[in-house]
Amino acid sequence: MNSKDKMAARTLFDKLWDRHVVAELAPGVALLHVDRHFFTDMHSPEFGLLAARGLPVRNPEMTFCVADHVVSTEPGRSGGHASWSASLLAELRAGSKTHRIKLFDVNDEGQGIAHVIGPELGITQPGMLVLVGDSHTSTHGALGALAWGIGASEGVHVLATQTVVQRKPQRMRIRFEGRPGPGVEAKDLILHAIGKLGTAAGAGYAVEYAGSAIRALEVEGRLTLCNLSIELGAKFGMIAPDDRTAAYLQGRSYAPKAEHWERALRYWRSFSSDADAVFEREIEIDADKIRPQITWGTSPQDVIAVDGMIPDPASAADGERRQAMRAALEYMGLVPGRPIAGTKVDWVFIGSCTNSRISDLRSAAKVVRGRKVAAHVRAWVVPGSQGVKRAAEAEGLDRIFRAAGFEWREPGCSLCVGANGELVGPGERCVSTSNRNFVGRQGPGARTHLASPAMAAAAAIAGVITDVRRTPGEDH
Amino acid sequence: MEKFTLLQGIAAPLMLPNIDTDRIIRIERCAGVPRERQGEYLLETMRFNADGSEKPEFILNKPPYRGAKILLAAENFGCGSSRENAVWALMGWGLKCVIAPSFGDIFFGNCFQNGMLPIRLAAATVERLAAGAEADARDALLTVDLERQRIVTAKGEEIAFEVEALRRTMLQEGLDEIGITLRHETEIAAFQRSDRDARPWLYT
Ligand code: SF4
Repeated sequence: MNSKDKMAARTLFDKLWDRHVVAELAPGVALLHVDRHFFTDMHSPEFGLLAARGLPVRNPEMTFCVADHVVSTEPGRSGGHASWSASLLAELRAGSKTHRIKLFDVNDEGQGIAHVIGPELGITQPGMLVLVGDSHTSTHGALGALAWGIGASEGVHVLATQTVVQRKPQRMRIRFEGRPGPGVEAKDLILHAIGKLGTAAGAGYAVEYAGSAIRALEVEGRLTLCNLSIELGAKFGMIAPDDRTAAYLQGRSYAPKAEHWERALRYWRSFSSDADAVFEREIEIDADKIRPQITWGTSPQDVIAVDGMIPDPASAADGERRQAMRAALEYMGLVPGRPIAGTKVDWVFIGSCTNSRISDLRSAAKVVRGRKVAAHVRAWVVPGSQGVKRAAEAEGLDRIFRAAGFEWREPGCSLCVGANGELVGPGERCVSTSNRNFVGRQGPGARTHLASPAMAAAAAIAGVITDVRRTPGEDH
Repeated sequence: MEKFTLLQGIAAPLMLPNIDTDRIIRIERCAGVPRERQGEYLLETMRFNADGSEKPEFILNKPPYRGAKILLAAENFGCGSSRENAVWALMGWGLKCVIAPSFGDIFFGNCFQNGMLPIRLAAATVERLAAGAEADARDALLTVDLERQRIVTAKGEEIAFEVEALRRTMLQEGLDEIGITLRHETEIAAFQRSDRDARPWLYT
């Protein structure tokens, strides 16, 4: 027995953590090596903070600049429409040039939302530590990477030192067991979990998703699932890499080349939780029973099955919760006790780092094919990246969406957060495949219902919130 | 960074759970307003009407709370995005300390990066402080003693809290992480040297 075997059993998280420790700073606090860093347009001013300290970028080859948040998604765009777009993009370009950082600019091949292009280009890989100045960085954990979102100060720290100071979280494992029924997607699994556990459940934890339903999920579904870890309160979400992960990465532009492939595979395979590893919290969720989900309120935990009733604040556990529910229902313009299905919608947004990948667009297109968007609905499809857009066009998905009355747009964050000035109007109701239904998230006064791409597509056609399982047509 | 040692000030109760970072500062303010002025846009939709006038009934618009240095908040304060602007807006408005039962993880870390102190206390304790601060403005005056890790109320009651030792020192001395990490350059270089052999595909 060598010393390794005698070590305590470790979780996937522990193995990823241990692999990146550069120095222990205090009990539970480590300086960790950052393997890959994405730097988005919203963060451009950090170049100024770095310059103010007179520091260079330590490892420019490990950072990638991305134009995603502030870019317009209008066909034929050249930049962004918001009053701040031009200056932030100019700073991003100047910073990437000065520091010799690879930039995915507005119309470059490979451009897209950081959390979409990282995995898609193979920049994100298993066993890596990946940081982005964006809370949905947990997405990258779906490939078996240790990934989390950082603030501006930490962003400058990464540029200057290629490391990050981090406190060790506790570990949680959520197992999804069983097989989800028809019309139920990865988005529904995770929304259901958030509804059950609450948006603070993951605070202080690194979450590993496991179980038969996860092993059966394709990588893109796993990315969606890990994306919403932050809506569960967890900075970190991850899934052990397996054969699906390797198959997904093989041949992608930044994936290990042939001469390193076998060695990389061996390294990747070492990242899984030991059978007897201990998690501070373990949860099991029955995936068989999950129905298509839709949010009704202003927090992702305000979620119900689409065939359910809008909840009554009178049923709340305590006064604080009752008050929050009342405020949410008022903001959303909903009446408790009524079915949520049948609620009229004004907007449908299919996009964001949660659900803008090719499989998402395929799933939505299946519902849309041969039908028309309801006359009163404005519906957008915003592909997550140039790669997704090209693949979708090659399959003819753009034609299906356009023929139905959807707008087919350019890649970016768009209506997920409106950082580019694209907004849902006050009081307008939007079924959105994004990740946050916060007050004003899609625009001041905008009412957001989170759902899967298939559910969003079904709502666009019906003009109301509707159960995708009852939408006639192809099997979904 | 300014040092944080002893803070005395008015505590304003804002006891709604899940106040997210989007609500603390809207995205167009993060992108379109310089950092020094973001405090003007703190909790914009709660503080102001659509026409820009103040909502007089909102707690942070009422004396003495409009001069608050401490915020008493409910569960999961600062959940949501990683935008550090949320901290800049709170500080720009004049707050230096937030007391809540729980925080969004990224927000919690961002506070320390800027010399702001987030304190976790049991929900019942925060609720009691909030009720007191709301009922009688004189009870809204709190003292936060970081050295002793104690909150002292106007009535002299002491409430213990904990801040991790490393973070406490950094706050007290106004140190920031970059300066400390730069001292570890030898270890960073050594890590990358051996890593280059172990994971060559990362370095191509
Ligand atoms: S799509 Fe939305 S959640 Fe994702 S990175 Fe962009 S703004 Fe953030």
